[in-house]
Amino acid sequence: MATLSRIKVNESSGVSVIRFQDEKIIDPESIQQLGFELFDLVEKDQRSKLVLNFSNVDFLSSAALGKLITFEKKAKKAGAELILTNISPEIFQVFAITNLDKLFQIKDSEADALAVL
Amino acid sequence: MSSSDSIKTVSRSLPSCLDAYQNLIEQILNDLTELGWQKNDLFGVRMALEESISNAVRHGNKEDPTKQVHVECQLSPSRFWARICDEGEGYESAAVPDCCSPENLESPGGRGLALIRAYMSSVEHVDKGNCLTMEKKVSQ
Repeated sequence: MATLSRIKVNESSGVSVIRFQDEKIIDPESIQQLGFELFDLVEKDQRSKLVLNFSNVDFLSSAALGKLITFEKKAKKAGAELILTNISPEIFQVFAITNLDKLFQIKDSEADALAVL
Repeated sequence: MSSSDSIKTVSRSLPSCLDAYQNLIEQILNDLTELGWQKNDLFGVRMALEESISNAVRHGNKEDPTKQVHVECQLSPSRFWARICDEGEGYESAAVPDCCSPENLESPGGRGLALIRAYMSSVEHVDKGNCLTMEKKVSQ
């Protein structure tokens, strides 16, 4: 796996748990790099169970949402399961405003996600 | 807005690149914090500024280095107002597809306007569509 700069990945019982390095996901170059790193997890590393933990994140732009949508599509195409967790109320509101809470599988906590994966 | 409500004005012209405006947004949020604005409302202001300025850079000015984005804000303890103008051709905001409809849900773009409208008390496109004014009243 290439060196990761925008995410950290840990394994837990066959599930890849991903955390973000940035509290505010807004910088265009960082978002592009984030995309590369996420996409490689399913396309190169062929990970099949993924948890995306948002506990570090206190802001994200619509460009970041776009990368997450593309990641979700690539995961689905690869047959991988993806669950988002630990989303703060403010960030969840962004998902709800844009109806993306209907696109992504979202759980309150990492433990809840690991219980179903 | 009457001059007696206006505590601070901010006016800046920015180059059309996507990494040129973060310091301005931080300055505006710091000013609002000093005026007593709370976390919830500050989140909405940050989102509206981020999306409106990046739209002006990307879509209005097409990241043309010869064009600028003009930002004007009025800040008070109870009200945030901003006018964001690009130097592009303008557009019809009503023609922007609904990002949140089922057929567009998986589209990677097009959510900026919806987010601006959700967080601001009012949003208006003026001139030929290359200027946007928005206002937010602080939550009670």
